[in-house]
Amino acid sequence: MTDAEIRGEAYEAQHVHTVYEEIATHFSSTRYKPWPIVERFLQELPDGSIGADIGCGNGKYLAVNPKVFIVGSDRSTNLVKIAKQHEPHAAVVADNLNLPHPLHCFDFAISIAVVHHLSTPERRIEALKAVLDLLQRPSDMSPDGGKALVYVWALEQKESRRGWDEGQEQDVMVPWVMKGGGEKPREKGRKKKRGETQEDRPTEGSSLAQPESKTYLRYYHLYRKGELEHDIEEAGGVVVESGYEKDNWWAIAKPR
Amino acid sequence: MKLLTLNFLTCAIKSCKSSPASFPLHPRDATLEIIESDLNLAFLRNILPRLMWSELCTITRELGLPALPETVPTGEDMVEKKEGEEEVASQTAKDLHRVLLETGIREGGLVCGNCGHEYKVLEGVGNFLLPGHLV
Ligand SMILES: [Zn+2]
Repeated sequence: MTDAEIRGEAYEAQHVHTVYEEIATHFSSTRYKPWPIVERFLQELPDGSIGADIGCGNGKYLAVNPKVFIVGSDRSTNLVKIAKQHEPHAAVVADNLNLPHPLHCFDFAISIAVVHHLSTPERRIEALKAVLDLLQRPSDMSPDGGKALVYVWALEQKESRRGWDEGQEQDVMVPWVMKGGGEKPREKGRKKKRGETQEDRPTEGSSLAQPESKTYLRYYHLYRKGELEHDIEEAGGVVVESGYEKDNWWAIAKPR
Repeated sequence: MKLLTLNFLTCAIKSCKSSPASFPLHPRDATLEIIESDLNLAFLRNILPRLMWSELCTITRELGLPALPETVPTGEDMVEKKEGEEEVASQTAKDLHRVLLETGIREGGLVCGNCGHEYKVLEGVGNFLLPGHLV
């Protein structure tokens, strides 16, 4: 049986959701710097705008603009507990294909580094449709209607340390290495924890091995050039603007 | 989970969304908490037009909170007029800040009026994941 045959909800539960729940604290400690395109999008919103952050993680983007109100959501309860501390915003636990929001109630939505975790083309398009469904339709109050910013990992990133590039396999498992009994981020020249001595460490294997480290594998679909725009159109959206920023494809979309 | 959030939440089941009974969700056996925060007058004024006022009145009534004004306050209602001074938040603004942004559900349930499904709130975190048979 190939991977593609068994992909879907249960596959993502194992290869995406469970992993994020386990690495939540460590993941969060490495996720604090907003990407410039996302920051610009959020800063340019009119004051008092209402939006959703689908797959908000630790709420990194809830910290950008306190003059708007964002309801974040994520599958990971541990990440939502961190995200909900960003005032004046809110965060709830939800699935991005079954969102607990009324249709067309938001001025904007962001989906940053989320859609690439869905493991079939149909589910990725469904996820984009779920984001577009949140947006206000054009009206007197809002002549343009709502807009969404979507950000996904690119296949074309030969400058990155991972070195992927066009023509390569797009469905990949990406390791997340966590050192120190599942608590401490991996870092160079780490100080010894209190009570930890050389003798506490297993002596088997190479002395260069990191005995406390644990590697988690997360599923990603790496988007190739043009694919995000294609999927947005398939989902019933119109691409207003799109581009490439540091190993990622991004697009601003509105409902058709 | 601050009460303002309920203004933007409904049942996660797709077929419920077209039914008016699915909004707002109804609190059940809720324990409330107050988490104080700075009042931001401009923010409050800006979100006023987005509030589903009669639904918010329903929620506060169901939670046994003091009644909200019958009609949605205006931007002017939010300011205490003082000649030659900076804008000062009115009592209306303070009350609204208290109920929407500082008051939250700590533990309890949120029930869909259409299908009856109850979503749990634990430690202030609402969980809208659906059990497999409802997806
Ligand atoms: Zn329902």
